[in-house]
Amino acid sequence: MIEIKDLHKSYKIGKNSLHVLKGINFSVEEGELVSIMGSSGSGKSTLLNILGMLDEADLGTYHLDGVEIKNLTEKIAANYRNKFLGFIFQSFNLINYKSALDNVALPLYYQNINRKERMERAMSYLEKVGLADWAKHLPNELSGGQKQRVAIARALAGQPKVILADELTGALDSTTSYEIMHLIQEINDEGKTILVVTHEEDIAQMTKRIVNLKDGVIIDDRKIEQVKALANV
Amino acid sequence: MFSLERWLEVFEAINKNKLRTFLTGFSVATGILILVLLLGVGEGMKNGVEEQFQRDAANQISVYTGVTGVEYKGLNPGRRIQFKNNDYDLLVENFGDELEYKSSVYRIWTGLTSYKDKSGSYRLEGVLPNYQFLERAGMIEGRFINENDQANSTKNVVIGKKVREELFEDKNPLGKLIEIRDINFKVVGVFQDPGGDREESKVFMAISTMQKVFGAGQDIRNLSFTLPQEESFDVALEKSNQLISKLEAMLKAKHTVSPLDNSAINISNSIENSKRFYDLTANIKLFFWLIGLASLLAGIIGVSNIMLIIVKERTKEIGIRKALGAKPMSIVGMVLHESIFVTAVSGFMGLIVGLVLLEFVGPMINTEFISNPEVSFNIAISTVIVLVLAGAVAGFFPAWRGAKIKPINALREE
Ligand SMILES: Nc1ncnc2c1ncn2[C@@H]1O[C@H](COP(=O)(O)OP(=O)(O)O)[C@@H](O)[C@H]1O
Ligand SMILES: [Mg+2]
Repeated sequence: MIEIKDLHKSYKIGKNSLHVLKGINFSVEEGELVSIMGSSGSGKSTLLNILGMLDEADLGTYHLDGVEIKNLTEKIAANYRNKFLGFIFQSFNLINYKSALDNVALPLYYQNINRKERMERAMSYLEKVGLADWAKHLPNELSGGQKQRVAIARALAGQPKVILADELTGALDSTTSYEIMHLIQEINDEGKTILVVTHEEDIAQMTKRIVNLKDGVIIDDRKIEQVKALANV
Repeated sequence: MFSLERWLEVFEAINKNKLRTFLTGFSVATGILILVLLLGVGEGMKNGVEEQFQRDAANQISVYTGVTGVEYKGLNPGRRIQFKNNDYDLLVENFGDELEYKSSVYRIWTGLTSYKDKSGSYRLEGVLPNYQFLERAGMIEGRFINENDQANSTKNVVIGKKVREELFEDKNPLGKLIEIRDINFKVVGVFQDPGGDREESKVFMAISTMQKVFGAGQDIRNLSFTLPQEESFDVALEKSNQLISKLEAMLKAKHTVSPLDNSAINISNSIENSKRFYDLTANIKLFFWLIGLASLLAGIIGVSNIMLIIVKERTKEIGIRKALGAKPMSIVGMVLHESIFVTAVSGFMGLIVGLVLLEFVGPMINTEFISNPEVSFNIAISTVIVLVLAGAVAGFFPAWRGAKIKPINALREE
């Protein structure tokens, strides 16, 4: 599903250049639930953003579902993000003036799906994350866990091939975190490919594979015995 | 571009961001309102000044005769030229369309006039109905000489305010008979004249009456007429000079006067006086155009600033939308669609308030120099359209920059 080879990325800070990713090679099969681990500043988010086409690599190749991601125009990148990817952020990134339902429906708006169908589909995803009763509420009327559930519903709504989550439990207490991870596991069990960036060991243990990042390279990549989140709730 | 879906999206954004919408709308509406009021006051001031200086605006021309100065076609110099009714006909036939007001005039310098035991000596003038406007005589009572007086040579007269005061004191003069040079005339009107006492010590009657009653036959003392106001002094001057030289040539030919003679046919022209008026109105127009343009510019700058702020405020939202698959043009479209809609609606609201204010408050302010302030609807509409378009153009660049910003950078924004 995802295949990257020799990926490099540096940031320019004034005259200096900060080499963050120094040749990353890895691939993800369909249906995997992978966590990218590493200490703060190790380049996890940078990697995820490149995978999400929110940022570009300096060097290396990237194939997503067999399509080479290279020199994309803004328009094509937008189209790929819309069709292939679903994002979940630490800070939720919901649009604050839109209701939970409208937030979930937004990816479908950019797929040119008509309003009626948009609302029906969005509603079914809200039901899936257990927030059907909160459909009309604005984000600031929801708890952190509820916001993240809305964000997950939104990431699912566009029916993407891959879901990318950056520290999705970073702003939540541990009970809520496990509830969210339980939801992620359920979605993965249905066959969805999911990449989770985290620096928390317990969260990583709830995935099926841990990729360890240090100083811009992968130092460890292994499959693990998945810890079921429900057991910890 | 303007799909129903987009409209719904825009209405939602407007509805949920009332403060932003209100602030944008309010500044656009007040901008347009101020502009409309300014243009209105400018127009009113121009009207006021035109009224004040109208006397000076008219290019009044008077043609009178004298004695020939040079020999011509065997005729000796020193011959007196006399205008007749057909000289006036010649003027009307050849130039009637180009003239504003016109009249032939016959004049008797002293006419002893009495009513009961009061009497005085006044200038008598036989004129045509138009003469009222040539003299700018304002009627205080009754009417001026009319076509009927001229056609039937009625013995009706119009007397000046001074004449009325001296002969009638505070009695009503209308319908009363006065005696002029031992002949009875009926007073049908009283006029006043900005020229004051001297101009108001006159008695007008139809020229046909005067020619008959005082034995003047077909004689005319002078031809008096005005040319209409023109776009500019230069145009007025040129038209005036053309007409004068043609008329002079015609009259000289008719009366067998040498083209070189400069005393037999005299033409006096007040056009130099009107230069002041043209300069003044041109300056007022220019002044308000400049103010108008300046306020329009201020409006445009205001709208573009608002657009900048809106895009800045929405950067994070733009990042989110891009992460969800919004294309750059859809971001530009969304921002512009909302701003054009809000600018247009509030612009028209400002326009309507401005027009209503001018309509109802306008007539109340009739000071000396502001009269009938109003704005041409077309100009006002054009201003709104210009502002909306300018807002769209000015808003395009921040919207475009917002759409081009890397999603990852937009998302980092707080
Ligand atoms: N836009 C940027 N400009 C400059 N430096 C950046 C930028 N984004 C991240 N960095 C730097 O790159 C390194 C990796 O950052 P990041 O990928 O966010 O790490 P992680 O998510 O693992 O904590 C950090 O040292 C960070 O300061
Ligand atoms: Mg990070």
